[in-house]
Amino acid sequence: MRPITAEGASEAVPGRTYAAGLAEGRLLFQECGDCWRAVFFPRVACPHCGGRALRYRESRGFGTVYATTSVYRRSGEPYDVSLIDLDEGFRMMSRVDGPPAEDVEVGMRVRFAVETVDGEPVAVFRPAANGDGPTTGARR
Amino acid sequence: MTGTDQVGGPTKGRIAVVGVAESDLGKVTDGLTPLDLAAQAAGAALAEAGLTKDDVDGLFSASSYHPNATLEVGEYLGIRPRYSDGSSIGGSSFVSHLLHAAAAIEAGMCEVALIAYGSTQRSDGGRLITPSRPMPYEAPYHPRFPVSMYALAASRHMYEYGTTREQLAEVAVAAREWARLNPKAFLRDPLTVEDVLASRMVSSPLTVRDCCLVTDGGGAVVVTSAERARDLRGDPIYLLGGGEAHHHRNISQMPDLTVTAAVDSGSRAFAAAGLLPEDVDVVQLYDAFTVNVLLFLEDLGFCEKGEGGAFVSGGRIAPGGELPVNTNGGGLSYCHPGMYGIFVVIEAVRQLRGEGGDRQVAGAQVALAHGNGGVLSSQVTALLGTAAALG
Repeated sequence: MRPITAEGASEAVPGRTYAAGLAEGRLLFQECGDCWRAVFFPRVACPHCGGRALRYRESRGFGTVYATTSVYRRSGEPYDVSLIDLDEGFRMMSRVDGPPAEDVEVGMRVRFAVETVDGEPVAVFRPAANGDGPTTGARR
Repeated sequence: MTGTDQVGGPTKGRIAVVGVAESDLGKVTDGLTPLDLAAQAAGAALAEAGLTKDDVDGLFSASSYHPNATLEVGEYLGIRPRYSDGSSIGGSSFVSHLLHAAAAIEAGMCEVALIAYGSTQRSDGGRLITPSRPMPYEAPYHPRFPVSMYALAASRHMYEYGTTREQLAEVAVAAREWARLNPKAFLRDPLTVEDVLASRMVSSPLTVRDCCLVTDGGGAVVVTSAERARDLRGDPIYLLGGGEAHHHRNISQMPDLTVTAAVDSGSRAFAAAGLLPEDVDVVQLYDAFTVNVLLFLEDLGFCEKGEGGAFVSGGRIAPGGELPVNTNGGGLSYCHPGMYGIFVVIEAVRQLRGEGGDRQVAGAQVALAHGNGGVLSSQVTALLGTAAALG
């Protein structure tokens, strides 16, 4: 059955659109058609200006570690949890794969990849060479 | 505009705290429930004020166990409020309740407000009891809630300002030194910076000694109009000002991990009270983790942004230091049943009444009580004072 949608609202389910992007190996974020700011997580209204004209954009996948922690467990090596600032001007939680968790540092350049976690595609990051990717795209 | 510059909140001196009490703390007798502890504290706080449960017409509570907390507390105690507020914004809820009670009393919606809380999370397995569910965009990465979120903030503070693990450890050591003066504190053994650094890493850079305790415990606060307070037992402690703020729920949505909404809650509270940080004699901050204290001292204006680490060094916030902070031993060493906010109010009031015993700050007239909730999410600041502080 066709849903009855609010006036001006998109029928797209934000979380589903994002997940479908990941399944295709793409990192999607939203851009506000009113204030042009980047928005993440996906939603139906812009948290910056309140606008509802959010459209999906594909990130080029380059970013910088904004904050990082190594989570310790009873057995096994600690694992990384980081916040990544994407060059397009949005931030997301993720993890940096590759180096030991304790070697992940704030300021490290990273690049998006898709991994399967608990059977679902998940955005992760891997170290990128310094200067990798466009660095002028930040719009905050 | 975010409303940062708007002054509002309670009218200075119109509202008074007339009773505070803790329940059994630490590890309570097996079988006691969160409501048993809330009721223990409520009874003691009302008795201190010379009131009974039948005087209460405003009821305030929040709980990780009971989503409809005021219904549960009201039923248990036989209170039939005409004003009921179960605002639940994390551990800061009870400081928020104090401000909401003030507004309700000023508006004539109630006259005697009871704020009550209880938790048995230590007896229930020794882990944080929380109704919070992982955010879908964070869950796949398995941050350990809530410590990893605070660890992320600490990592950013260290990166931007050169803050060190030793400086974080100073907060835990100061809390322990205060706890050693408080017979009700859970941990009272000596603690050094080296001990903190050498303790088990949980989520770097935070070790287990950078983290609050997991204890049982409850507390209660009784609030009424200054007018009514004059007829009651004991010296009223007046609400001088207050403010609340939140900017995010999840850590990945926090705009700047080194700046909390305490910037707003604090400026609102100080503006309402007509006071400055230098006017405060004793400070109670919600120290779920050591980094909280650095952030809140900065955001509330006790030092510049980024200088929190240097500020707490050399015992400045410990007994005998320049600025007494968390004189009960805090969530780090005294008591932390999951939602610590009510205890910052209780200790602020005790200090202002001069009931601090070995840990009493001599001549304290103005106290700041600050609550934190979620993952540096909700921030609520209250300024309290003696009659002398009303000027």
